[in-house]
Amino acid sequence: MKFTRTTAQLNWIYAWLLLSPALIMLFAFTHYPAIVTLVSSFFSTPRGKRPAKFIGFENYQALINDEVFWQVMWNNLLYALATIPISVAIALVMALWVNGKLRGLGFLRMAYFTPTVLPLIAVANIWLFFYTPGFGLIDQIRNGLFGLPDQNLLGQSDTVLWAVMAVAIWKEAGFFMIFYLAALQTIPPSLKEAADIEGASRWTFFWRIIFPLLMPTTLFVSVNAVINAFRLVDHIFVMTGGGPDNASTLLLFYIYEQAFKYWQTGYAATLTVVLLALLSVLAIGQFFFLDRKVHYR
Amino acid sequence: MKNSNSRLFSGSGEAISLQNLQKGWGGVRAVDGIDLEIDAGSFTVLLGPSGCGKSTTLRLIAGLDEVDGGRILIGGKDVTDQAASSRNLSMVFQSYALFPHLSVAENIIFGLKVRRVERAECEQRLQMTADLLGLSNFLDRRPSQLSGGQQQRVALGRAIISERPICLMDEPLSNLDAKLRHDMRVELRELQTKLGFTMVYVTHDQIEAISMADKVVLLNQGKIEQAATAQEIYERPASIFSAKFMGTPPMNIMSAAELLHAAPDAPLPPASTEALIGIRPESIRLEEGGVKAKIRNIEYLGADTLIDCRIGDAPCLVRISGDLPPMGDQLSLTWPVEKLHLFNAVSGTRIDTSLEKEWAAETADAK
Repeated sequence: MKFTRTTAQLNWIYAWLLLSPALIMLFAFTHYPAIVTLVSSFFSTPRGKRPAKFIGFENYQALINDEVFWQVMWNNLLYALATIPISVAIALVMALWVNGKLRGLGFLRMAYFTPTVLPLIAVANIWLFFYTPGFGLIDQIRNGLFGLPDQNLLGQSDTVLWAVMAVAIWKEAGFFMIFYLAALQTIPPSLKEAADIEGASRWTFFWRIIFPLLMPTTLFVSVNAVINAFRLVDHIFVMTGGGPDNASTLLLFYIYEQAFKYWQTGYAATLTVVLLALLSVLAIGQFFFLDRKVHYR
Repeated sequence: MKNSNSRLFSGSGEAISLQNLQKGWGGVRAVDGIDLEIDAGSFTVLLGPSGCGKSTTLRLIAGLDEVDGGRILIGGKDVTDQAASSRNLSMVFQSYALFPHLSVAENIIFGLKVRRVERAECEQRLQMTADLLGLSNFLDRRPSQLSGGQQQRVALGRAIISERPICLMDEPLSNLDAKLRHDMRVELRELQTKLGFTMVYVTHDQIEAISMADKVVLLNQGKIEQAATAQEIYERPASIFSAKFMGTPPMNIMSAAELLHAAPDAPLPPASTEALIGIRPESIRLEEGGVKAKIRNIEYLGADTLIDCRIGDAPCLVRISGDLPPMGDQLSLTWPVEKLHLFNAVSGTRIDTSLEKEWAAETADAK
């Protein structure tokens, strides 16, 4: 009896020892900063000899009255609403397309995946060239083929957000395609044959069989897409710097600006709390809402 | 489409005709010139070892693969270039190919829904199919919540609810255990007789062929070796391949010269000594004063005993009922001459002896 109890205790210690490296890292770099951020959001920004002091909800009040904040939220909402469904839909279409039998399949798959391999900074520079007024790719096509005047897509506040969305979609679709492709390959071909014999059209087969079977992948991919919509802002730095007139500023970029450009660390902490809360609600909501509609095999 | 107030399963089968069917996969001729007439409402089994082209033939009939040459006629109409959906047939796959996210009921009526059959009729036909197959209590379950046998029934239900005149089955019982397989054999045959559709059934298991088929089509390397009733293939195999494939344990094949060398007085028909002799293990009797054989191994199987022995150097299997009477390592064997089969040593095809012709005539008279 005594022997078994010590073994159980030893097992318990082993378990904690094995878990501890990952736990320590997680706490040190994720949980602890998150809590410190939450605490900082209730303090003023320390300046020189004046230490931070507790100011309650003042930062949050400032946030509600901050017009730029609301513009940034609106930008990010539009950005998410456009990039998530479009990149997921394009990924699915590309996956269906390269899952078929056609010549040069390997090349096609690689071509679709390439944007994913590139760093976002590099991608942003490529697109910067596309968008350059006058001699960029887009203007060359506009001038050369259609005789249209030059256009500065990144310099106008009504086009700039769409221009950076295109970059994100271009970058992400290939990555999501890989997940869809992997899921499609696990669907046995006999399902297609059985549906063919029953006389189901491609359209029916897709909506009644393929799409429901891909739901776990769709869930996974869309959670990732949501997180990316708030997380990836590298291209904003390279391409627009948030301008013109904050028209392309996203939440994370705004946080960066507040924290490291204007050194408003207290206010930046408050913004970060908003971002964290938003992401948690979205992720949890997605899992609970979609989970009921998902069939796991 | 049939009139909607007709009783369920009132359909009758359609004939299938395969004419010089060809199909290759990267240089290998999987189906190599198959000519076959399948009667309407019959139960035809395509039988053969793996890689003989039986599944390919079935997929060609179904329209899942395109033919390289030849023609396929269903009910007299050329369907060679038609898509699977317009051939008006149903199919049960070896893997069952059930849709994992749909319930049993949705799986069964999938085809009806695709063809926009009225809801009330769908319900009614589903009810009857489920009753027929004993699935009524499982209609709300997912395929993954069913046993192998139940999944098999769902696949069967999906095939028969559409009342198609032809049903194709690709090794449908190979994933079931032995007991269930036996029950399903009986059930499948009953179902086919009751509903009257034309069944084309692929298997590598000769028991399934013998127990269910009206006609067995024995395939070997993409060609038809023999197409006849199971009884005829067993009693009059057209080739050494047929002789060895049909019947367990397989027929003994020995060269006549070798046999005569070992036992000059062996009972043989007055034919050329160039031929190969075939004798079924169950046709051999133990009798004093016969051909001497040396016992190598004895396998007791309950009702039967299999004796592996040698006549001279020629291996020979003997099957006797019950236990082996005590004896040494020598056996004395004999067989009725009319139970011998003669095959051409070069081509492997059957040689009809005069004796056999007489015997065939006699049995024909008796009928």
